[in-house]
Amino acid sequence: MPNMEPKKTPMPEQAPDVRNKNFKEVALGYTAEMALEEAKRCLHCKTAPCMNGCPVNVHIPDFIQSIVNGDLEKAHDIITATNALPAICGRVCPQENQCESKCVRGIKNEPVAIGRLERYVADWYMDGHEKKAERAASNGHKVAVVGSGPAGLTCAGDLAARGYSVTVYEALHAAGGVLMYGIPEFRLPKAIVQKEVEHLVEAGVEVKPDMVIGKVLSIDDLLEMGYEAIFVGTGAGLPRFMNIPGEGLVGVYSANEFLTRINLMKAYLQEYDTPIIRPKNVAVVGGGNVAMDAARSALRLGAEHVYIVYRRAEEQMPARREEIHHAKEEGVIFKLLNNPVAIHGDENGRVTSIECVEMELGEPDASGRRRPVEKEGSNFEIPVDCVIMAIGNSPNPLIRSTTEGLEANNHGCLIVNEETLQTTRDAVYAGGDTVTGAATVILAMGEGKKAAASIHEYISSRYQ
Amino acid sequence: MFPILEKRRLNDSMTLMVVEAPFIAKKAKAGQFIILRVNEFGERIPLTIADYDGEKGTVTIIFQKVGKTTLLLDTLNVGDCILDFIGPLGKPSELEGHKRVAVIGGGAGCAIAYPQAKSLHALGAKVDMIAGFRNKDIVILEDEMRAACDNLIVMTDDGSNGNKGFVTDALKKQIEAGANYDLVVAIGPLIMMKVVCDLTKQYNIKTIISMNPIMIDGTGMCGGCRLTVGGKTKFACVDGPDFDGHEVDFDEAMLRLRTYREQESEQTREFNCRLMEGAKNA
Repeated sequence: MPNMEPKKTPMPEQAPDVRNKNFKEVALGYTAEMALEEAKRCLHCKTAPCMNGCPVNVHIPDFIQSIVNGDLEKAHDIITATNALPAICGRVCPQENQCESKCVRGIKNEPVAIGRLERYVADWYMDGHEKKAERAASNGHKVAVVGSGPAGLTCAGDLAARGYSVTVYEALHAAGGVLMYGIPEFRLPKAIVQKEVEHLVEAGVEVKPDMVIGKVLSIDDLLEMGYEAIFVGTGAGLPRFMNIPGEGLVGVYSANEFLTRINLMKAYLQEYDTPIIRPKNVAVVGGGNVAMDAARSALRLGAEHVYIVYRRAEEQMPARREEIHHAKEEGVIFKLLNNPVAIHGDENGRVTSIECVEMELGEPDASGRRRPVEKEGSNFEIPVDCVIMAIGNSPNPLIRSTTEGLEANNHGCLIVNEETLQTTRDAVYAGGDTVTGAATVILAMGEGKKAAASIHEYISSRYQ
Repeated sequence: MFPILEKRRLNDSMTLMVVEAPFIAKKAKAGQFIILRVNEFGERIPLTIADYDGEKGTVTIIFQKVGKTTLLLDTLNVGDCILDFIGPLGKPSELEGHKRVAVIGGGAGCAIAYPQAKSLHALGAKVDMIAGFRNKDIVILEDEMRAACDNLIVMTDDGSNGNKGFVTDALKKQIEAGANYDLVVAIGPLIMMKVVCDLTKQYNIKTIISMNPIMIDGTGMCGGCRLTVGGKTKFACVDGPDFDGHEVDFDEAMLRLRTYREQESEQTREFNCRLMEGAKNA
């Protein structure tokens, strides 16, 4: 008999007033009892609508059944047959818009906590139940992957499993891309990312950090070096600013810089040399997950007041509900329907306040969201010593500007064939944020997977 | 890991290192830079490439000991390795098509300015090089600079080499004496580049400067190196490091460079204490 409890088994968490002072993980993970109880809520629908909501088609009812049967090894095998990074996806996927949004239990009550169960299985595996990754027999073909974020890692893993010799080039000193520099430790511990990377290395993938492709080697150099195909997964790493007065002041960060100093460069730990401003009062501009990450990180650095300044209303915020909820619990103050118009500073060029104007919602715009309109004369200032701009990123132009024949659209996103993910160049494929613009980890993984299949087909077809 | 093949102290505060980095050496061009990280806990800092040899696979850097990272780097010796060494970053300098050029170096900036003089000279320009130092004891690379140009003028703030004054004094004298420069290249402290630009603006001489702001990744990802050029936001790492000096907002750049001044001096003080402790215990 399934467990007909209407609500998800709650996730144990650090208390808000404790966790907002440390960088340890917020959600602690299910115990074996909790996992079993939650797994029993699955109705094992024959049509498995949940699977259609998963960009990498994890066989969800099957792995949940294995949890119920107490066979976690099998559960792990089922998940990893289609998803190479379950410990990461279980934590950062927006399940509420994907698998869980299709769950039949979710029609009347809360859906099965698929993400939490996926995390439970992945954590069990990493906690001393790991098997040595098997190396597929070499097929003698070489492929290069540019960028070691979720798209690149997934593509590399899938190709290595098919016997390709894969080299992943990373511009920073550590592999993982946005998983390392962007998403904070308290949502995704870096040790987990490192383990996933090590796992790929065990499976035969070669990772070369400190290599900025487009500078030290061009795409054409890589082809000349004997790579038969290339996957470009360089992400959306060019931060946008608002172009308002005062953005050059000391104390104004892009969310990328603020988060990289904390996540990749560990500025919050004494033993690291990374400098960072430890602000008292912070305004984070934007309403996405990155804005929530920056705001919650600022609290953990010791800030007294942290504001989210967003020009629309809460319903229009692109951030996950869970992240908004966590941020509020931890004490982040939401200044909604407010838009910054200027940042002011003192004689030393340091930020002293952010000037905003009140907004009201008008007619829907191209994105379908009601367009915010300024209320004239409603300007006011919030005293802050730090402003973090989290209003999005554009794709990084380094590769396209140094590769002839690689075309991009007006937004700077690489143009690809939607079926194959081939770019406008032969043998060059691309996926993830560099094609779609800033999106999610799992969508990037889905594209990495798709590109791996296309690359396999392309190389195989040349040898028939 | 990037082995150090050669190390030379140029004066009390400046060191030259030749580093084995074959991929970078093969692609490097004048005006580009590298980012390095000394060890696992270290900061990432940008340094302009002073020289490179594609055949030997080496890149030369010259740095001034100004903070903990450069002090730490200076403790490494031949045979030791630098953990991360990334480049070549930024756009190469555009030096072609000039007839009469003044290349100006200030202090450690001379290390970067003299290869520019060398390149310009090789491209057929007549090159005057003006180098400025606080006093004669810290003058570096005098022979190299002399060999790289047609005419070398070394200025000292205190006049200890018999040539008292700032680089701008020498530049002004040259211009007024009829040197018909179609380009000035200035590399050194921000304040020096600013006053050079103030001067060349009066004479309407195109001036290229090289920025060296705070940076993390060097690929355009963090935006920390942004500066205002001609009223627009530019990233020094991908749009520069060379810019038209007459368009750069130097005052803003100087404030931004001081962002971490307090934290840095605290770290440097601690590091020096530990070095002294180490020396006492040795």
